[in-house]
Amino acid sequence: MTEIKYSPAELMIVNAARLLKDGDVVFVGVGQPNLACNLAKRTHAPNLVMIYEAGVIGAEPARLPLSIGDPTLVSGALSVVSMYDIFSNYLQRGNVDVGFMGGAQIDKYGNINATVIGGYDHPKVRLPGSGGSQEIAAWANRCYIMTPHQKRRFPERVEFITSAGYIDGRGAREARGLRGRGMVGVVTDVGMMEPDEAGEMNLVALHPGKTIEEAKANTGWDLKIAAEVKTTEQVTKKELKILRDQLDPRGIYLKGGG
Amino acid sequence: MPKLMPLKKAISEFVNDGDVLYAAGFTHLIPFAAGHEIIRQGKKGLTLARATPDLIYDQMVAAGCAKKVIFSYMGNPGVGSLRIVRVALEQGRLEWEEFSHFGMITRLQAGASGLPFLPMNQTGAEDLEKVNPLIKRIADPYGGRDVIVVPALNPDVAIVHVQRADKNGNAHLWGIIGEQKEAAFAARKVILTAEEIVDESVIRSDPNRTMIPANIVDAVCHVPFASHPSYSQGYYDRDNEFYLAWDRISESEESVKKYLDEWVHGVKDRNAYWKKLGGKTHKRLKVKASYSEKINYGKY
Repeated sequence: MTEIKYSPAELMIVNAARLLKDGDVVFVGVGQPNLACNLAKRTHAPNLVMIYEAGVIGAEPARLPLSIGDPTLVSGALSVVSMYDIFSNYLQRGNVDVGFMGGAQIDKYGNINATVIGGYDHPKVRLPGSGGSQEIAAWANRCYIMTPHQKRRFPERVEFITSAGYIDGRGAREARGLRGRGMVGVVTDVGMMEPDEAGEMNLVALHPGKTIEEAKANTGWDLKIAAEVKTTEQVTKKELKILRDQLDPRGIYLKGGG
Repeated sequence: MPKLMPLKKAISEFVNDGDVLYAAGFTHLIPFAAGHEIIRQGKKGLTLARATPDLIYDQMVAAGCAKKVIFSYMGNPGVGSLRIVRVALEQGRLEWEEFSHFGMITRLQAGASGLPFLPMNQTGAEDLEKVNPLIKRIADPYGGRDVIVVPALNPDVAIVHVQRADKNGNAHLWGIIGEQKEAAFAARKVILTAEEIVDESVIRSDPNRTMIPANIVDAVCHVPFASHPSYSQGYYDRDNEFYLAWDRISESEESVKKYLDEWVHGVKDRNAYWKKLGGKTHKRLKVKASYSEKINYGKY
């Protein structure tokens, strides 16, 4: 068997796609999550209903939508509604199964920072901000995030919570009456994390060839390891072909670490 | 009452220095032609509100039109950072007010409905609430959990680009309809730009598609291709190449100045801009037709 070569970004996107179930209604984020959802739809989840915060429901994009407001999302979609309707009738009302997010930093409790590094009023690095992610993280039934496994991306506590995971421990969501289950899975280029009883992200799986040491060394807190650490299924040629030939032929999101 | 006028006149008459401006359109139908005209007329001290400032506000901030931005996602959609607005915030040269998308749109919905504020459910992400005093929480008067409230946003001017309008300002939009309707109803004055000016009978043939009615519109301007490098569904494609190119152009002040000199100050109007883009670009952005099935309203 010839060895299949892929970038860290491709590894994450493929594993993220596999988390989606056929029939899920998924709120799709810009960039790599967009690719993951489109890959799932073209492989094991043909009945995936993709919702974009621009107000598109049931998109069937014929080409890679560079932005989440691309015209290809509209042509042939099931419905197009205003932003107020998508956030209220669909998301707040509880009609979304999955939220797929990106973000600069994610902490031990699955909270995301996509707002600022180095103080809000006089930012050292100003990031894009919430967009739709604050509400998606709160109200989608389950949320996933993908991000390269680097210490600076996995601090123990994010300095600014743009989107809530388990805040300061499971129970904090319930206390606030948030309807969604929260951040149930984190996909990195090393492996996968899931929340434990306390809402703390634990290592639950490694990609082929990756090690627990690698995961620990690149996490900003003392990473707990689940009792059983699984190995993720090998990335297939079919998945890579769809990603490279159909979804991102120019390699805008596939090259590098993401 | 016909409100047809050149865009130049509409901007000069209805946009004043210091105004709160909402140039509507979530990725789609962004009114770039109007943004460029505002730059050419040297408007100053504007508060620029948009969920996604996009390249239009990056350019207007670069041109010195703005004192403040109100936003909920400050990025170059699908590409990365919105460099000019970002650096201006980091260096403290621009005031800002920030919300989530839902917060921003709820502000417009309140403004459009004539309400002082509107509630939203809690999200657990409380840091924005701590740094933005406009985001408040109040008790549910019916005994449920506290809700988050945001105040109405009533811009001085909304600019909305549409596929077609009649001369009075009744406008048809389709495709992504983001927040155009809410922005128009919330604003005190509304400037429409349209790909096509059509007879009122065309509007009346499909009244469900009329998002904006004439009675809230102040100016109607016939400006084909007004949303490039954004797009008008069914008319021309989004110029993703340009969105990628802007990432490089906006890396230095010098190249931004060169861009504005050449493509904004260096052209008289949108017609000249579109001609300057040239046949190759026109061809690249052309879209094949895909019509909806007709519907029957019935004769009564």
